[in-house]
Amino acid sequence: MIYADNAATTKMSRAAMDAMSACMADCWGNPSSLYAHGQRAKEVLEDARERIAACLGCSAREVTFTSGGSEADNQAILTAARLGEKQGKKHIVSTAFEHHAVLHVLEKLEKEGFEVTLLDVHRDGIVTAQQVEDAIRADTCLVTVMYANNEIGTIQPISEIGQVCRRKGVLFHTDAVQAAGHIPVSFREQYIDMLSLSAHKFHGPKGIGALVARKGVRLEPLIHGGAQERGKRAGTENLPAIVGMAAALEEACRNLEQNAERMSALRDRLIDGLDQIPYGELNGSRKDRLPGNVNFCFEGIEGESLLLLLDDKGICASSGSACTSGSLDPSHVLLAIGRPHEVAHGSLRLSISEETTPQEVETIISSVADVVDYLRNMSPFWRDLMTGKRQHVFDK
Amino acid sequence: MALYSETVMDHFRNPRNVGIIEDADGVGEAGNPVCGDIMKIYLKIDDDRIADVKFETFGCGSAIASSSMATELIKGKPVSEAMALTNKAVTEALDGLPAHKLHCSVLAEEAIQAAFKDYYDKNHIPYDASLFQGRSCHKEADA
Repeated sequence: MIYADNAATTKMSRAAMDAMSACMADCWGNPSSLYAHGQRAKEVLEDARERIAACLGCSAREVTFTSGGSEADNQAILTAARLGEKQGKKHIVSTAFEHHAVLHVLEKLEKEGFEVTLLDVHRDGIVTAQQVEDAIRADTCLVTVMYANNEIGTIQPISEIGQVCRRKGVLFHTDAVQAAGHIPVSFREQYIDMLSLSAHKFHGPKGIGALVARKGVRLEPLIHGGAQERGKRAGTENLPAIVGMAAALEEACRNLEQNAERMSALRDRLIDGLDQIPYGELNGSRKDRLPGNVNFCFEGIEGESLLLLLDDKGICASSGSACTSGSLDPSHVLLAIGRPHEVAHGSLRLSISEETTPQEVETIISSVADVVDYLRNMSPFWRDLMTGKRQHVFDK
Repeated sequence: MALYSETVMDHFRNPRNVGIIEDADGVGEAGNPVCGDIMKIYLKIDDDRIADVKFETFGCGSAIASSSMATELIKGKPVSEAMALTNKAVTEALDGLPAHKLHCSVLAEEAIQAAFKDYYDKNHIPYDASLFQGRSCHKEADA
């Protein structure tokens, strides 16, 4: 099997699994218990928090554990909304291609009377700090812009946006689920007020994440019923997962530079190889891009059949076609960067990891080329493009 | 359980009757690229029977499988019988489709109907126009 869907989830690292097994075997006490066995669990919990904070450039007290990225996004946005409401500020700035864990919360708030400005992300999939600055109003209570996009991998100018928000006195949240452990993230230096992350995107376990909130930002709890996480998130801590997340993040950050360099080279080879397929185009900026992300649109084919045939060849990938999303519309991300529906249906996302080999990349290139060719040969849409009955979207 | 039945996967992996018929007696198309699926059916009609049928499909796994199964179900059949093919029959022959994929079977039914309409029009054969009231690609299908 060639696993090229690391943006969906990653294989757990050995370090994370070992840390979790050891924790489950020896440290299963409740961190809230008074006796030594419980207090030892508490120490392990706080040690994990310290180590995660060190990786992110924040203080341990600023880290609140959650069930994952979606919960962290929800809590961050609702926190800012409640704070804003008290001050009569009910305007939020975000982008058109955020994760649904952000967009759906914003839609809910709109129904409650909030006003939301979704910034254009342009053809290259990047929003500018100037756009954010221009969109901020006297009643803006939050700017939320993802660190790197989960579908097309484009990296946003987070430091610049952070600076603008700090200067304007507006809270700034970033969904860093795709970025943490893959590219440098520095909470304090980048003027971030709230940041979401999820362990299973960097070889940690599923079901655990964190919301980092700057000292002074009082988080609004979503889950009530206990004093855990300083009252910001009730429920007995999932200590094995937390310990696994700490081990995975430390390892990812320790090897970040060399992994990024290696993966970027393979990513570029993958892009160059797939670029040879006629009437296909890379989605999003080639330059400001996650080291592991490749996303193409191919004319005349549909993404789900492409994925099923790649699966038959042992390749795991994903697509933004309507059929794979279970809705009638293709990916909102591809539409946000201006891809027409008919092209967005033919998208393919390949997200590699540090374990991906050059040989695997070559296999992916030739397999995708074969499958695209096969599907085009039975596609009436492709025939119409070839015979000039329909117009191509791409130049070549 | 997998998304698709084994029959669907078989027809998707080894689609029957793929291609075009250059001198087709009737050609019909359903769907559009914005919806993400187009089916095109080519019919060769001889002695009031479906002498040959081919299809081309742009679409997901179930769209390709539905076209393949639909062509198999009408091949060699009398025109009257082939005309009566329903999306329900296609779905049943495929051992079912996920609920959100039922429109693929509707598309197959519609493409075949459109091909018959083209055949009638070309040959100036009178017909009841109400037989060919096409449904749009995403309207509710019969389960």
